[in-house]
Amino acid sequence: MEYEAVIGLETHVQLKTQSKMWCGCANTFGSPPNTNVCPVCLGMPGVLPVANEEALRLTVLTGLLLNCEIPARAKFDRKNYFYPDVAKNYQITQYDQPSTRGGHVDFEFQGGMARVRITRAHLEEDVGKNNHFDRNSGVDFNRAGVPLLEIVSEPDLTSADMAYEYLNALKDILVYGGISDCDMEKGMVRCDVNVSVRPKGGTGLGAKIEIKNMNSFSGVRRALTYEIPRQIEVLQGGGTLIQSTRRWDDAGGITEEMRTKEHAHDYRYFPEPDLMPFEPTPEWLAAVKSRMVELPLARKQRFMKTYELPAGDAEVFKNDVPLGHYFETAAQGAANPKAVANWVINNLRARLAETQAREIAEQESLGLERSDMTFTGLSDLKFPPQALRDLVGLVENQTLSSSAAQQVFVEMFETGKAPADIVQEKGLAQVSDTGALEALCDEAIAANPGPAADYRSGKLAALNRIKGHVMKLSQGKANPGLVGEILERKLRA
Amino acid sequence: MAGAHMDVTDVAHLARIRLTPAEEQTLGRQLDQILDYMEQLKGLDVSGVEPTAHPFPLVNVMRPDEARPSLSQDEALRNAPAPANGLFMVPKIVE
Ligand SMILES: [Zn+2]
Repeated sequence: MEYEAVIGLETHVQLKTQSKMWCGCANTFGSPPNTNVCPVCLGMPGVLPVANEEALRLTVLTGLLLNCEIPARAKFDRKNYFYPDVAKNYQITQYDQPSTRGGHVDFEFQGGMARVRITRAHLEEDVGKNNHFDRNSGVDFNRAGVPLLEIVSEPDLTSADMAYEYLNALKDILVYGGISDCDMEKGMVRCDVNVSVRPKGGTGLGAKIEIKNMNSFSGVRRALTYEIPRQIEVLQGGGTLIQSTRRWDDAGGITEEMRTKEHAHDYRYFPEPDLMPFEPTPEWLAAVKSRMVELPLARKQRFMKTYELPAGDAEVFKNDVPLGHYFETAAQGAANPKAVANWVINNLRARLAETQAREIAEQESLGLERSDMTFTGLSDLKFPPQALRDLVGLVENQTLSSSAAQQVFVEMFETGKAPADIVQEKGLAQVSDTGALEALCDEAIAANPGPAADYRSGKLAALNRIKGHVMKLSQGKANPGLVGEILERKLRA
Repeated sequence: MAGAHMDVTDVAHLARIRLTPAEEQTLGRQLDQILDYMEQLKGLDVSGVEPTAHPFPLVNVMRPDEARPSLSQDEALRNAPAPANGLFMVPKIVE
């Protein structure tokens, strides 16, 4: 029998705020342990949480970006459990009245489009971080109380690759919207994976198996690549699967059972009495809506349509937002936006990368840490984006050969001078004066009797030798198209 | 009415409260009485009544997103029975 996988993801994302969810402690990563803590986030008796307005805004903004409905009323609840990283012995979350529900994410998958429905995105708080030692464990509460968004998908995913692409699309949206930096290294995104298998084409769901606390997208893909065939194998061998929680062992590349449903938690949810419900007013919602951004996929499609760019170029500009913005400014009024895109991607980006690599090496030799270094970025360029468009224009109207344009670009990059001025100063304008070219062509033919004879006897490729000679004589400034025409005419005469 | 029943042992475990058998008896009886009251309330028609999460008619209590000074590490760990390396040390956590 053939089986298919049914996968749903719960993605936890730390929100990009200055302060924590319920107190004024800083929301930062990498501080010494237990230095961003206060009586509220340490769960001392008698303290009261007060909701961070920006976290609520980012939650609702996420809902809007994920096409969710924003209910008129949301509230907070306590999820009760005992664990060392939860100081209060409960986590504040949104149980039955979340801030957003019922959306979807569209993304590119295997050459087509895919859609995953979003059940809800609700606001909660992160917990402390456990450090494990040989004989005991130690808890750091710096992370406790950091605003955390849980984005729950419907079980619409059918493969490890699809889950991976969905997570990347989700991350792109969150980074675009300024919701979260989504820095995996800093644990800003974590994932719980629910996966079951069923006979292909079936409608029921198999025993749901949860893989907890994944901290990388590639880990999710590898865990599913292992887990799906494992479940199928159990069923094909006549075994049964029971609802359970498993752990992904990244080093071993396997999942292991942690607990089965018999020991499932009873969280005894109840409304958080210390927090008031949230009912966004029309003005408040309008202010959040004004922060909506173009979604990554829409941006990519717009670049392809408006500027007639190939998918590869549009993808570059989707992934590098400032570069895409630079391109759009440079392409304003350009006759050939595709040519401008080529220059931005192939020349400008490469030149910047080269410069930055050199600057990093220099600063490293001075003993600077990476975080203290400064380097040239798009906003530090000495020439405006319009200058790049002008340069492309000079190539398009045949004033400049493409090799001469490279020289002009280097000069622009170093000095910030306008392309037309550089062409003038250096005498780089392409020679299209027929009289001058005729003389050069005569000289080249005389200097290459062999190739000239070859061409006349039908070996047309021999023309390139003579053409090359003309280009050399003109120091690269001869208009190659014209040279070709003149040579052909002369040799056929 | 059959009378509602709550598993006191289970609830006490979930709340990490240790009860003597006598306490379990007493509390079990009292909790069952409370559940019986709830059963009676279920008989009321509340279809036109909004659920109340809070007795105060107050919504949207929020603070601006501004970071403020936190406690010092020493101060934060003052109640910890076994602090070490800036951490709250606890028995080894096994998942
Ligand atoms: Zn705090």
